[in-house]
Amino acid sequence: MSPELILPLLAAAVQSGTPILYATLGEIFTEKSGILNLGVEGIMMIGALAAFVTTKFSGSPVLGFLLGGCAGALLAGMHGMVCLGFQGNQVVSGLALTILGVGLADYLGTPFIGQTAPGFTMMPMPILSKIPLLGPVFFRHDPLIYTSYLIPPLMWVFFRYTRWGLGMRAVGENPRAASAGGLRVIGYRWAGILIGGYLVGFGGAYLSLAYTHLWTNGLSAGRGWIAVALVIFSFWHPGRAVVGAYLFGGVMAFQLRLQATGTYIPSSLLLMLPYALTVIVLVFSSWKGQGIEAPAALGVNIEPSE
Amino acid sequence: MWSSCLILFGALVLSLAVSAIMLALQDKPPLAAIAILFKGAFGSLNAIQDCLIKAVPIYLCSLGVAIAFRLQIWNIGAEGQYALGAIGATWVALRLPDLPWFVVIPGMLAMAFIAGGLWGLIPAVLKIHMRANEIIVTLMFNYLAILFLDYLVYGPWKDPVSFGFPMTREFSASAIVGKIGNTGLNWGIILCIFSGMAIWIFFRYTRLGYELKASGENIRAARYAGLPYDRLVILVMVLSGALAGWAGFLEASATINRLQPSIIVGYGYTAIVVAWLARLNPFYIGIASFLLAGLRVGLENLQLDLQVPAAFGGIMEGLILLTVLAGGFFIDYRIELRKKS
Repeated sequence: MSPELILPLLAAAVQSGTPILYATLGEIFTEKSGILNLGVEGIMMIGALAAFVTTKFSGSPVLGFLLGGCAGALLAGMHGMVCLGFQGNQVVSGLALTILGVGLADYLGTPFIGQTAPGFTMMPMPILSKIPLLGPVFFRHDPLIYTSYLIPPLMWVFFRYTRWGLGMRAVGENPRAASAGGLRVIGYRWAGILIGGYLVGFGGAYLSLAYTHLWTNGLSAGRGWIAVALVIFSFWHPGRAVVGAYLFGGVMAFQLRLQATGTYIPSSLLLMLPYALTVIVLVFSSWKGQGIEAPAALGVNIEPSE
Repeated sequence: MWSSCLILFGALVLSLAVSAIMLALQDKPPLAAIAILFKGAFGSLNAIQDCLIKAVPIYLCSLGVAIAFRLQIWNIGAEGQYALGAIGATWVALRLPDLPWFVVIPGMLAMAFIAGGLWGLIPAVLKIHMRANEIIVTLMFNYLAILFLDYLVYGPWKDPVSFGFPMTREFSASAIVGKIGNTGLNWGIILCIFSGMAIWIFFRYTRLGYELKASGENIRAARYAGLPYDRLVILVMVLSGALAGWAGFLEASATINRLQPSIIVGYGYTAIVVAWLARLNPFYIGIASFLLAGLRVGLENLQLDLQVPAAFGGIMEGLILLTVLAGGFFIDYRIELRKKS
């Protein structure tokens, strides 16, 4: 294939990978603190709706984006309440959150189906977009994509070099020891849930504000679950999450293009691609990584007496 | 037991209260809506019959989910296993339209068992041999199964005289599970009762069932004691998938009489809520299936009378599950107190 065909496809991979990237980074943040939140799909939907509605009524996509994150954090807070406050099962609570979030977004979004809202549009980066190859792929996008570039390095520094980041990792690996060492385990886990939920909400907001500019039911279409799988694929490293998210973005973009060219392959089989790839990627990375690098206390509640 | 009932009641009240707020947000009269919901679900014999009809697939899916949850295997794939069961049964129905019912129906039953079971077996094998997380694999298998069903009814299995609608042709009479007497109920309800009793006996009176329960309580200890954990995972996932597959078979054969995309209505996810509400007990699963089927029936009335979107059901199911999860704390907490005294 010629560069004229490849470059737009790579650029599209970055664009459709971005919502997944935000969600994956958010889930990594939460899981680092030892909390498994399977509500990503629901949180994304709520973030998408809140961002859409806010932008529609205020006219400000920036405000919409920020409130999308807030809505995500709010819904994630219910997970915190159930798991941290009441010792509920984290797996089931996350599933309940997905059922609730998807239902809530579909219900409250019904009056807006098919409507559009102003969103973010392409803003080429001044000098960077002129770089050959890299420029068109990475620097001719909307501002939300540029924002997403900043988060993986920030998270990497946070978990590696800051006191809070190290504390959060300790809480995720061994809450008893962390607690004995004077760390406030519950506080750290709350932070993990809320900040993670905020980032996942961003992922949803990206869908409605930059990816489509339009409200439809089921906007996230399983992207939240793909993000949960990508957390395992990335071995909880923000950097690898970028690779995974763009890989999936690429497959989604490729699949859409194939459909648009009117191929003879039925669309329902093409739509299977990202889900089948998720299984393959998950199986391969679990087999290779043997799950060693998961936070050791992931999904385990802390007894109230501790 | 009483505290469980109290918590369930509390959860219902709380989720009804939040739902009422949601209704008010969209300018629907909340109290009238809740009255319609209840009357629509349980207000007449016909309504109760509708609840029973809807409870059948939910019960079978939930029974399957509960077996897996017992072993702490998180099978979220009932939705896809249900779809595969429907596809397997339809394959038999379309291939053997002219044989008598006592050949076709058992054939469909067997094929739904195999297809649904296979959709549970693959994630189990991937979990055991490749350590792949079963939650994500089963969930992805849901998307794959539903898209495969779409592919079949839009493509090779499409009825040539359906005017472009995505559906197979109607099953022949011998491939349709009949109604019981003059009622609207089909014989599927008997399948539920038998499956439920079989599972109950299995857990209570067989050695394998006991091993399964023990392994679910403490996987490490079970492995130490030499229990065949890997084989138990396979068994549980195949059974789980097969039961959901039967639900799909009944829905295609008895309720819709053909295969079409509208067969997918989220029973597989409702089944998870039911299983957890019922604390994985086959008998309570029956009651909880009936209640959540009632929610669906009541909601259909709400949709007709007040144009409330169907997604409202998801809100209520999610809220009920969250509150019951939080409420479980009070049951456990009470046990703690007794220990100390």
